[in-house]
Amino acid sequence: MSGIRTEEIMIATIARMLSGLSHVAVGAASPVPGSAALLARRLSGGALRVSLLGRVSNPTFTDGARELFDCAAQGRIDAFFLSGVQIDGQANINLVSIGDPDKPKARFPGSFGSAYLYFLVPRVILFRQDHSPRALVPKVDYVSAPGVSEPNVYRPGGPYALVTGRCVFDFDKDAGRFRLGSVHSGHTVEEIEKETGFDFEMPDGAVVPETEMPSREWIDLIRGPVGEEIRETYPDFASRMFGKA
Amino acid sequence: MTEILSSAEEIAARIPDGALLALPPEYAPCSMETIRALVRRGAKELRLLGVPQFGIQAELLIGSGCVAEVETAAVTLGEQGLAPRFTDAIKQQKIRMRDTTCPAIHAALQASEKGLPFMPLRGLIGTDILARRDDWRLGENPFGEDDPIVYLPAIRPDVALFHAPKADRNGNVWIGLRRELMMMAHASANACVTVEEIVDGDLLDDPQLAAGTIPGLYVSAIAPAERGAWPLGVPHLYERDNAHLARYAEMAKSQQGFDAYVDQWVNGRAAAE
Repeated sequence: MSGIRTEEIMIATIARMLSGLSHVAVGAASPVPGSAALLARRLSGGALRVSLLGRVSNPTFTDGARELFDCAAQGRIDAFFLSGVQIDGQANINLVSIGDPDKPKARFPGSFGSAYLYFLVPRVILFRQDHSPRALVPKVDYVSAPGVSEPNVYRPGGPYALVTGRCVFDFDKDAGRFRLGSVHSGHTVEEIEKETGFDFEMPDGAVVPETEMPSREWIDLIRGPVGEEIRETYPDFASRMFGKA
Repeated sequence: MTEILSSAEEIAARIPDGALLALPPEYAPCSMETIRALVRRGAKELRLLGVPQFGIQAELLIGSGCVAEVETAAVTLGEQGLAPRFTDAIKQQKIRMRDTTCPAIHAALQASEKGLPFMPLRGLIGTDILARRDDWRLGENPFGEDDPIVYLPAIRPDVALFHAPKADRNGNVWIGLRRELMMMAHASANACVTVEEIVDGDLLDDPQLAAGTIPGLYVSAIAPAERGAWPLGVPHLYERDNAHLARYAEMAKSQQGFDAYVDQWVNGRAAAE
């Protein structure tokens, strides 16, 4: 089984983090988490409910786009996924701009639902394939959503982990910072240190584990039925990953 | 009474320059035919509200100089990438931008639906979104203790503009599952809607359709516009034209390319093919 793609490692890694949950929602521009959620649903025998924004078939919600947010605020969503053009060591995310927001050097789409869901969904998994000092920075230029809050701020939710193209960081809520969890096959701790712009904790024990590779069975699911299912919402991603329909 | 108009051009004429214009996301039907008519008219100083985010609708209006201000959670062309005219307008400081988050738009429109002056919302505390919004207030939960919460003023758009599969001659508009359109119509002073077809009979007489129907009470004007959402789609009727949107994204990288796009696809043709 050669040629496992980075995206497939990320999909499998995220899917493992969804094991045992009841309901996960997937937002905009999230083909990798979307595939992970659909894989996790298959592995759960259909027990996991997946709400995929933008999907036409098999809708979960019947009250418009706001229902996702109302549902999250009631604690009915266990996991969600966010990314950032910048992510910093306190798990702050920036989806808006680089430089002064009034005169930005670069402007991105915007914060979407992050400024709300990051506070309310218990397990928010951050994902960002491009793992570079440009993306993983000491401090974000704009806080779309903060990683941690003051103790008096209502916050049942927050960051759980950060999955990149090179490794997995777990978020330590008490310390308010990331701890290296595992390094993907073919990558090294030295490389992670060099390519990460923020400081992070090292895991307990001498050896940093390698990220578990997806099994043959999982790869077949990802390239087969999961790929076909994600194609409805992300046709370009599916064509790039799995070939034309 | 809902006005029954004959074209998207006439719908556009109901949207005055300077209006606060609420527009749906790309996965709910968008009245692209009216957006093109607004560009052809040379609409000015529009204030756009993305409910809660949008793409090509905002792009065409911003690139054509029709927009003074944008309030939205995001502007994106989805898999076709960043919205180039929006990005350029922000960098050149051509438009005022009010960044927000999806549920804040929904909550402020729900306040308007209820005739309330404001709505409280969780989240937001500690974000630069809140720090940069002088119209929002950080207050306290009046029923709690040391429980800070954000208050958002109601948003009452002058016009909600969208597309739908069908309407009847009483002005009832069937939207099916896309109930953000219902909220937009409730919350706005006027709802202007293009539809694929105007059908005989009354949609509210059929209980299966009535639950997904905006009553004509809320609808100021409707007009037929076949394939009026193109190049976006209408769920279950026709799909988003990804090839065309990719072509737009490529052309609109420069203002010159955008102008060529508008010449060809907005000014050069009356309706979608």
